[in-house]
Amino acid sequence: MSRALWTLAVLLSHWRRHPMQLATLLVGLISATALWSGVQALNQQARASYDRAAATLGGARTAMLVGRDGESFSQHFFVDLRRAGWPVSPVVEGRIRIDGRSVRLLGIEPLSLPVEASSAPAIGTKGLQGFLLPPGQTLLAPETLAELKLSEGATPTTANGINLPPLTLQSQLAPGVLVVDIGAAQRLLEMPDRISRLLVGRAGKGTRAPLQTVTGDQLRLVEPDAETDLERLTDSFHLNLTAFGLLSFLVGLFIVNSAIGLAFEQRRPMLRTLRACGASARMLNTVMVLELTALALLAGLIGLVCGYVIAATLLPDVAASLRGLYGAQIPGELSLRPQWWFAGIAISVIGALAAASTSLLKAIRLPILIAAQPYAWQQAQHRWLLAQGAAALAVFAAGLGFLLFGDSLLSGFAVLAAILLGAALGLPAILGLVLFLGERTTRQPLARWFWADSRLQLSGLSLALMALLLALGVNVGVGTMVESFSRTFNGWLDGRLAAEIYLNAASDTQAAEIKAWLRPRPEVQAILPRGRAEVQIGGLPVEVIGFADHLTYRDNWPLLQSAAEVWDRVARGDGALVSEQLARRLNLRLGDRIEVPTGAGRWPLDVVAIYADYGNPKGQISVGFDALVAHFPGSAQTAFGLRVAPAQVPALVTALRDRFKLDNRSLADRSALKAESKRIFNRTFAVTAALNAFTLGIAGVALLTSLLTLSNSRLPQLAPLWAIGITRRRLALIELMKTLSVALITALLALPLGLLVAWCLIAVVNVKAFGWRLPFEIFPLQLLQLLGVAMLASLLAALPPILKLMRMQPAKLVKVFADER
Amino acid sequence: MLSVSSLSKSYRSGQERVGVLRGVDLRIAAGESVALTGESGSGKSTLLHLIAGLDQPDSGTVQFGDAVVSALPDADRAAFRRDRLGLVFQQFNLIPSLSVADNLAFQSRIAGRHDAPWHAELIERLGLGQLLKRYPEQLSGGQQQRVAIGRALAVKPLLLLADEPTGNLDEATADDVLALARDLVSRTGCGFLMVTHSARLAAMLDRRVHLHAGQIH
Amino acid sequence: MSASFKLTRRGFAGGLMLLGLGRAVRAQGFAGLGGEAGGFAPVLPGRPLTFPTDHGPHPEFRIEWWYLTANLTDANGAAYGAQWTLFRQAMAPGPQRDGWANQQIWMGHAAVTSAATHRYAEAFARGGVGQAGVTATPFRAWIDAWEMRGGEAMADTTLSPLDVAASAADFSYTLRLTAERPLVLQGDSGYSRKSERGQASYYYSQPFFAARGSISIDGKPIEVTGRAWMDREWSSQPLSSDQTGWDWFSLHLQSGEKLMLFRLRQADGRNYFAGNWIGLDGKSVQLSATAIEIRPTASTAIGERQLPTSWRIAIPERGLSIDTIPLNPSSWMGTSFPYWEGPIAFSGSQSGIGYLEMTGY
Repeated sequence: MSRALWTLAVLLSHWRRHPMQLATLLVGLISATALWSGVQALNQQARASYDRAAATLGGARTAMLVGRDGESFSQHFFVDLRRAGWPVSPVVEGRIRIDGRSVRLLGIEPLSLPVEASSAPAIGTKGLQGFLLPPGQTLLAPETLAELKLSEGATPTTANGINLPPLTLQSQLAPGVLVVDIGAAQRLLEMPDRISRLLVGRAGKGTRAPLQTVTGDQLRLVEPDAETDLERLTDSFHLNLTAFGLLSFLVGLFIVNSAIGLAFEQRRPMLRTLRACGASARMLNTVMVLELTALALLAGLIGLVCGYVIAATLLPDVAASLRGLYGAQIPGELSLRPQWWFAGIAISVIGALAAASTSLLKAIRLPILIAAQPYAWQQAQHRWLLAQGAAALAVFAAGLGFLLFGDSLLSGFAVLAAILLGAALGLPAILGLVLFLGERTTRQPLARWFWADSRLQLSGLSLALMALLLALGVNVGVGTMVESFSRTFNGWLDGRLAAEIYLNAASDTQAAEIKAWLRPRPEVQAILPRGRAEVQIGGLPVEVIGFADHLTYRDNWPLLQSAAEVWDRVARGDGALVSEQLARRLNLRLGDRIEVPTGAGRWPLDVVAIYADYGNPKGQISVGFDALVAHFPGSAQTAFGLRVAPAQVPALVTALRDRFKLDNRSLADRSALKAESKRIFNRTFAVTAALNAFTLGIAGVALLTSLLTLSNSRLPQLAPLWAIGITRRRLALIELMKTLSVALITALLALPLGLLVAWCLIAVVNVKAFGWRLPFEIFPLQLLQLLGVAMLASLLAALPPILKLMRMQPAKLVKVFADER
Repeated sequence: MLSVSSLSKSYRSGQERVGVLRGVDLRIAAGESVALTGESGSGKSTLLHLIAGLDQPDSGTVQFGDAVVSALPDADRAAFRRDRLGLVFQQFNLIPSLSVADNLAFQSRIAGRHDAPWHAELIERLGLGQLLKRYPEQLSGGQQQRVAIGRALAVKPLLLLADEPTGNLDEATADDVLALARDLVSRTGCGFLMVTHSARLAAMLDRRVHLHAGQIH
Repeated sequence: MSASFKLTRRGFAGGLMLLGLGRAVRAQGFAGLGGEAGGFAPVLPGRPLTFPTDHGPHPEFRIEWWYLTANLTDANGAAYGAQWTLFRQAMAPGPQRDGWANQQIWMGHAAVTSAATHRYAEAFARGGVGQAGVTATPFRAWIDAWEMRGGEAMADTTLSPLDVAASAADFSYTLRLTAERPLVLQGDSGYSRKSERGQASYYYSQPFFAARGSISIDGKPIEVTGRAWMDREWSSQPLSSDQTGWDWFSLHLQSGEKLMLFRLRQADGRNYFAGNWIGLDGKSVQLSATAIEIRPTASTAIGERQLPTSWRIAIPERGLSIDTIPLNPSSWMGTSFPYWEGPIAFSGSQSGIGYLEMTGY
């Protein structure tokens, strides 16, 4: 044991003499662990809240019986099914308005609620009786209570004049939902003896009669989903985060790899001496693995703390994005499970061992005696370049296969991964070719040496250059996508938000009052009513929007595709505009027919246009307002837009606000709405931008470590040049030029790679993930800017070893000759 | 103590095998100091490496006391070097990241045989008292080789093997270092085998064997 | 998921325990149960029981149950037990409200026991919507798919014939029960005292059922015949606050006579004894507390609990002295309110079979 400890002490003495090397190793490991576990923490936090939401909904995790068209059905089916042996529990769901806010209300029946379906009936201190008996309880999460600006025990009145049971805090509940007893919910939602769905418990109570014999064809069974709706919707978002986390992790490991590689090279004589002095190979290897593991544990712990900080910093943005994009409620405080810490430490150790595997293998195979074989680097490098080039081609071919034959989001990401991996693998070969061509085209000896020596450096620098290429490529790709999206989104917002003022009344009565008040006012040019109903088509939630036939829409609404006489046909009531997402999901084209289920049967509509509906997780159909009211007589008609002369807008908004007590949520002018939309949009990509910056920073550090590694081993190559009369300053300048030129070539290669990545994101990943396709644009200024950043990062990375060379004592260069034998 | 018999070793060079040692026999008694001479490439270092168990022979045996070193597995050969041998190389082979004090001590520490009084005596006899906190790169060649000899003798080996220990030193320093080594070797009573190409230095030891064409003469 | 399961169950059980559901719970001596029966109908002596009305629910009283136990044997003589129980509990007094607002909660327990295994299941339901309930005419008691239903031409005075069925994931049974003799009033003409302080219930039984049907364990059907005993009991404040648990026997004596005995354990270590001796003619005679000797002779460890599963019972004035042994000492009902309930056999001055229920351990 003490033998191993002494050996360890000898090994560790290396780091004491080379603290910078230790620092780079730790920085690599820490940043790899930090970014990876930071992203994991964000994902975990989000997933936990989806689970919470799903549990409250008693939704996707449990099998359900639903009405044929997703409509509510009679309560007697519940009793009939229970009597037939089905372990079902009724749920009523709907939205109520409290003080102008729309809130989801969920009615449950706690006695029959399947235990696996819910944490909801973990009912407060007063127990079940308090929940069931009058006045009952309205369970809600602290976040919801705060949002409603009410206190516990309050009994707010809904828009239809019914009081809620006293509000009762239930911290396990998901935010944004009120849970009451089913009886209370039926009253509040005015759905007497109706239920929205039946949850089917997993625990069988023995035999159950076939569904058909109990309920005829009224109900259908929906099997539990592996993932909830929210999870499905947000998958792409988290995949995006994970992809960045993984990329940063890999870039971090590049650093670790080069730092360990350098340390190994420098410790090679030490290892030989230790072996000669009687340390057995096995013990030495064990101690080296132990040393690395200890360092990885240390770095892992620091990395986890950093990861926590990163996650906590990014969480507000992530939460805002998820809320804005998908309506998912993520609590703002990070809560982490022990698994996260263990996983973080494990990933650090595994990552360190993986990054060190080549060095460790070399150490294990290290002969005690130095073989007197000249190193045929050129031959070896040639072979290595060919092998990597071949691997790159194979990966590209696989990517092409995924592109042609894949049809899922995952295959989209596989294409992306193949592009990146293939590019990284192919980079050394391409660089080698470029440098070879450079060498061929020059005659001047120093220039020839310049190219040849750059080529020699290639194998040592290639990992760092790959990291740079990947970081830049992804930055270019994501930047282009975000910019494309931003432009498209802004144009689209301008078209969609054509009315000057948007209003949402608390009730139909108030809506009528407001309209009556507005009509005689001269500055109001038009009142554009907007109706809304929700249906299920093909198992998907779909909004049906009714809009007035008005020039506002005819002139401004940007349509992706449209048939002739679009607006007239919509106004007539037999044509519908369909959102791009819905069209993709249902595979609809212009001229196809879509059947909308209504209370009075099916409503056939022709698809007359397809329009973009960015950021909406639900499908959408837009029809004429009158047609909507005719088919959905009960639909809410509280929303409308106003056309007003722009100069009159502020005065009218103030007047409306004062007269009808409308808050910011129910009354907004166009500029406010636009600003809000853009704010959500910007936050959505704030995380991406932050991770992008991190990745680029890490790539810079990787380059720096590689160059530091190289600078030491390069003295023997530089010393002869110095000896033949090239000054240290000139030598340093040449070195700098060499580094910058390979970096420049890499950065230039990263541009087409980034555009390819952007194309893949826009044309493959976005379409699969969100259901919309953006126009692909190139933004040269952005590319130039990134190129500049990359060169700056390379310059910063190249400077320290260059400065060291410039300041090097001539004696050290002389020593190269003395040591040479 | 040490008994080498019929030791053969060849290396592959390109397509052909080159025999370096062709049946070498050598005995060294306890306390005996032997100089191994021969031209460059005669296999002196190879023989030394085989005796130290750093490499394995094609045929023949290296026996040390009862143990046939050449037949031992790697871990046992390492233990043999650690516990019984002291090694000194031409390039000193000090550990650059350890101070002089730690370089002197590390083999005896790894061997678990650190003897503080003997350690102190070595430091004094080798004249390293003022240099203990320095690192190898801050020492002259002669100083480095003294540290190497100190390290090798700190374990109180049964046999000290030295491969051209003075090859990197000027003549005066070389004589000085060798005299010191001989002195210390006789003080511990261990055997001493030194590879050298210098007849002058060889003459300073008890016996001299000459390696030629892969055989001892 | 398991954490939320526990929470759910605990929350749930907490609620029902406060309500004081079932005799199993009742006997556990929760302060709330022994408290005032405020707003509920009181149990008074001298109220004549009338049928079929009293077969149905009495929502003005706080708690009530329909409790059936059966001692069965198969063609090879192997013994089995079956239990079918429906509890009713009112969360609040007052006029019955319709639909989900109804204040009744129902709980069903079903079990089968053999020498080798004991299987049980439970079910909960709200009143008012039809998931569970009892009607007097025609007689039906049900929760989910478990049912006890009067056959065609069921006589109100005998509760016969009766069809009983229950099924769960790993067992099920269907039994037809027939009896020739009329119902038996327990206690003093159906007024059964439970403590010195006057806590009492209305209590009648049908101990003369012959049973025939099939039980199934793990999908293997077994044809069985035997005897069954049905208890009907309702009350508002049946338990004294210092009573901690209860040991209850229903015994089919070899002679054809029946014996109902119980011991209510008090916190001070003393016991309250009561029982009825039911003659061959069906006449029920109340036993005086001093005439009953009941004491445990051997116990079984179930989890952390010690259950006295073997007993010595003596009624000296009737010349009865017997020792009981359980068919399966592990007849533990691990339901939300756990208790021991299982078939027993006895020997001594008389031999026979019966059922034992023990709560509050």
